[in-house]
Amino acid sequence: MNFLRKIFAESGKLVEKGKPLSWAYPVWEAADTIFFSTNKQTSSGPHIRDNMDIKRTMFFVVLALIPCYIFGAYNIGYLNSLALDIERSLLANTIFGLTYVLPILIVTFVAGAICELTFAIIRKHEVNEGFLVSCALIPLTMPPDVPLWQVFMGTSFGIIIGKEIFGGVGTNVFNPALTARAFMYFAFPTKISGDKVWAVGPDGYSGATALAIPANPVEYDTASNLFAASTQFDFSLLNMFWGLIPGSIGETNKVLIIGGALFLIYCGIASWRIIMSSVIGLVLTAFLFNLLAGFSSNAMLTITPLQHLLIGSFLFGTVFMATEPVTSSHTNTGRWIYGFLIGVLTVIIRSINPAYPEGVMLAILIMNMFAPLIDYYVIQSNIKMRLARNA
Amino acid sequence: MELFNSESKKIISDPINVNNPISLQVLGICSALAVTIRLDQAIIMTLAVIFVLCSSNVILSLIRDYIPARVRIVIMLSVIASLVSVVDELLKAYLYDMSKQLSVFVGLIITNCIIMGRAEAFALKNGPSKAFLDGLGNGFGYGLIIIIVSFFRELFGAGTITLPDGGAGYVLWSIPESWYAAGYENIGLLVLSPGAFIILGLVIWAQREMAGIEEEA
Repeated sequence: MNFLRKIFAESGKLVEKGKPLSWAYPVWEAADTIFFSTNKQTSSGPHIRDNMDIKRTMFFVVLALIPCYIFGAYNIGYLNSLALDIERSLLANTIFGLTYVLPILIVTFVAGAICELTFAIIRKHEVNEGFLVSCALIPLTMPPDVPLWQVFMGTSFGIIIGKEIFGGVGTNVFNPALTARAFMYFAFPTKISGDKVWAVGPDGYSGATALAIPANPVEYDTASNLFAASTQFDFSLLNMFWGLIPGSIGETNKVLIIGGALFLIYCGIASWRIIMSSVIGLVLTAFLFNLLAGFSSNAMLTITPLQHLLIGSFLFGTVFMATEPVTSSHTNTGRWIYGFLIGVLTVIIRSINPAYPEGVMLAILIMNMFAPLIDYYVIQSNIKMRLARNA
Repeated sequence: MELFNSESKKIISDPINVNNPISLQVLGICSALAVTIRLDQAIIMTLAVIFVLCSSNVILSLIRDYIPARVRIVIMLSVIASLVSVVDELLKAYLYDMSKQLSVFVGLIITNCIIMGRAEAFALKNGPSKAFLDGLGNGFGYGLIIIIVSFFRELFGAGTITLPDGGAGYVLWSIPESWYAAGYENIGLLVLSPGAFIILGLVIWAQREMAGIEEEA
């Protein structure tokens, strides 16, 4: 340790203010704080009243994401072997999937690091580790066969427009990872819109995703019957729970997501209020739509609350995206409102507008926008209540 | 000659750079979003706006001493509206395809805040020659931004660069088929209006950075 300390102390002198290499200070600072804890206090959010700094908080989130990566890789290989109708071992499937996941991961981190370092050097702020979590989340929201240059563009857009123009980590309005995905969703709809499956198969291999089946049925039927009638993939509830269906890389396996949620809640990083309230909002709205389904020919209305929870990336979004400490509400009452409305909006976007099969991304981005407003009114009403009590 | 002293130069160059009507005053955004899908539309729109802006500035500046302050908005509007009708009819007569593409946005030049703004802020207080230069400068400033925005929107959104001609536009360059075969895709987002907002925002960012303008917090 003394040896390492010495290296950083010596190299630190080279990048001090006034030295010719001073532009590289953010790079040095980032490397230094990986090994040694910093004695600096944070000046902007997320404020954490603990002995953990932002870097270690972010580290826990990345830790919770690793199982999703591994399963995502396995699932790509599994679906590919289904499409080709061959038998492959668990390990072979995972390795096959990794050849798709790793390039996306590497491109994301390269793009993210270029943007973050450029801005750190120009704006002379320190490299903030927030971009590591954004970059760890982006590949999990991508389809496996997405072109890598699109990933590069999306990531750069997410980091620059979603975060840096607002002043960097702690001052951004929108979740950078979701901004990246939303950009790609609207910029390159052929690859990522979510109405076709993203399984890696032989040329021309395609099919409908779980969300697209009730969106464009040949004949009107309830969603459950439509799922049962699908022969290409097994859309039983159990299969959807275990995640052996096509989807974005990290969102299919609900067991790992729930496990990750419990881990993050236990560590005090994710807000259980947001996760709970968004699930409540989703279930209530889905139940209401089920009651109204008889009056409409839209099969999306017949999706039961349980199916809503299991199909698409709602759970992934609400656990890893909606609970992001910067862009979510900061007051406890605000968190209940914020989460609840994410659940409600997800079902509304999914069901009422079949053009957007997946609603959770847009729902979270919309609520990101309103989070400061919710906080403002929660705080104002609290002030009013206390004034009235003490008047 | 009086036309090229430093004051006249300033009247022309300020609105192009440090006091740009779109990127600094954030006026005329509606048309900047609507007509920037293709470069040729933006060029024709720029010419139309320059014509209306210069003429209305000169006319209003000539009659400025006879306009009662109470009814000046109505008079300004009627002058601008007649000029816009002239432009609209000219486009219909000689550039019919373009006039169909621009559709209502030629008529909406009437409501372009830049024109009303310059009339109110400059033409009613200055002589005709200065007012003409001011119209020219603001027209160029407006055109510069929408031409930049439309260039990027068309190039990356639709994959072409189109220049205006008598008909439906002359395609100067388009992205070769081999690029598409290699996996290139147009960014569909840029054709939609959010794409225009994003490009416009980036242009404003770059322009303020270059002109060294700081917004006070």
